[in-house]
Amino acid sequence: MNSALGKHPLAQLTLVRFREFVREPEAVFWVFVFPILLAAGLGLAFRSRPADVLKIAATTPELVRALRQEKLLNVRSLPAPAAEEALRTGKLALVVLPAQGGGVLYRYDDANPDGRAARMLADAAVQRAAGRADPVAAGDRLMHDPGSRYIDFLLPGLVGMNLMGSGIWSIAFAIVDARRKKLMKRLIATPMPRQFYLLSFLISRLALLVIEVAVVVGFGVLVFGVPLRGSLAVLAAFCLLGSLSFTAMGLLIACRVRTIEAVSGMANVVMLPMWIASGVFFSADRFPDALQPLIRALPLTAVIDALRANMLEGSNLAQLAPEAGVLGAWLIVCFTLALKLFRWS
Amino acid sequence: MLRVRHLRKTYKDVVAVDGVDLEVMPGECFGLLGPNGAGKTTTVEICEGLTNADSGDVELLGMHWNSHAGELRQRLGIQLQETQLSDKLTVMETVRLFRSFFRRGPEASEVIELVQLEDKQKSRVGALSGGQKQRLALACALVGDPEFLFLDEPTTGLDPQARRLLWELIERFKLAGKTILLTTHYMEEAERLCERVAIMDFGRVIARGSPGELVASAGVARRAEPATGNLEDVFVALTGRHLRDE
Repeated sequence: MNSALGKHPLAQLTLVRFREFVREPEAVFWVFVFPILLAAGLGLAFRSRPADVLKIAATTPELVRALRQEKLLNVRSLPAPAAEEALRTGKLALVVLPAQGGGVLYRYDDANPDGRAARMLADAAVQRAAGRADPVAAGDRLMHDPGSRYIDFLLPGLVGMNLMGSGIWSIAFAIVDARRKKLMKRLIATPMPRQFYLLSFLISRLALLVIEVAVVVGFGVLVFGVPLRGSLAVLAAFCLLGSLSFTAMGLLIACRVRTIEAVSGMANVVMLPMWIASGVFFSADRFPDALQPLIRALPLTAVIDALRANMLEGSNLAQLAPEAGVLGAWLIVCFTLALKLFRWS
Repeated sequence: MLRVRHLRKTYKDVVAVDGVDLEVMPGECFGLLGPNGAGKTTTVEICEGLTNADSGDVELLGMHWNSHAGELRQRLGIQLQETQLSDKLTVMETVRLFRSFFRRGPEASEVIELVQLEDKQKSRVGALSGGQKQRLALACALVGDPEFLFLDEPTTGLDPQARRLLWELIERFKLAGKTILLTTHYMEEAERLCERVAIMDFGRVIARGSPGELVASAGVARRAEPATGNLEDVFVALTGRHLRDE
């Protein structure tokens, strides 16, 4: 700390940024712990499960024997009135009854997908037990590959959401707080080079960015086996570009505001549409076509699309040029406007 | 040291400073007195280069803000009214930060010792008392070894002990031959620290001179015993007895 470097104003200002961050436990929680809890919770909730076994009942021993050949059915033997009651109260998906002339009758609610599925499975089992030969041989190859599960979709979304939240909040809150406390005025009353003040936010943001992306992506890769199919350099480049764009946005939001309440409101107004529309938790493709150009122009959509394509499909920089262009445009426009409008007091 | 001429500043429809002239001599402590809203802080902030005047001229250390801002910032010590330093930093970290902005000046630890905060140097700013915070603010104003010190209401809200300690520190700075512009609305403070004062009200200077001259002047002659009159009587006689809002 006694070195010449340690006494440089930029080094001191950057150190202050780190100290203020680390000494704010809430900030550490939201940046590092929250995304992990969210990924863990959603990863567990939407984990791949074996297909459900459907509960059905049959009223004769012959039918029960035939139906038990189908592994996806759980068959009980019940008298007709009890079976009817169980079906009515939703405990069974289907009841199989003998019909006149050696036929079978299926009792089920055709509005219930389980009922329809159970009917198809049961009918196939009954027909096969009666000697039906399938003319076409059919096999199954089940899909539980990494890269196609919900957690694989979700993780890049969470990284993007985190980049936005920490980028916008860290700078907007700190600047408005310093302005409100007249600390900013006090600083510009010293010979402090003003660009160093803004630069210190950028440097500390980028350093924390490395940790926060590594923590969330590392958690996904190690715990859920989320694939990293693209180059890590491209992944890093998009995290960097995204974070810079959001930091510029935060600077623009904070450039004149004097109260924490006002800056919170503005930050939420800016972030909420992106939380909803940019495809953090579900695909942005679900929104109407007319809205798509607008949604694609949002910086969070660009970051998340690029991260997803990089991690899950291994897309390279050339394929992600449109997303890079969107982010670059936001960065330049926000930063230029923010510097023009910025008030030091 | 500081020469202010015909200073004028208007905020929307309020005239904050209305033709102020001041002159501060080398080595003196000059007091700017006045009730809340008299225009003291605006005047001082114009002198500090933090606010632009509508018209008028400020010459400081022989320089002007529009041509020598960088040089002036290196040579001034500034303490603003109501600055809240970052609560999460320690005393030492705060002083080091401010020290890093100046080309020359004492070590951070020396300044901390000077303002008698060495026991608190590892404490967070948020844990300091009001008086300790003001001494820290003074330390941050002294880190660049300034030739000219601006103190805007340095003792407002402090208890008598904390105020006296701060006065001693300011007196020590005066003994080193430095120049001070101080604003206050404590007359006792001005009488103790200032060689000359100017009383401001409604953006104008309404009286000026040494505290002794002002006490001896006509404003207090109405009192039965002029010898026991003090600057507070002068102040109230000149600015009236009605309450002022901020």
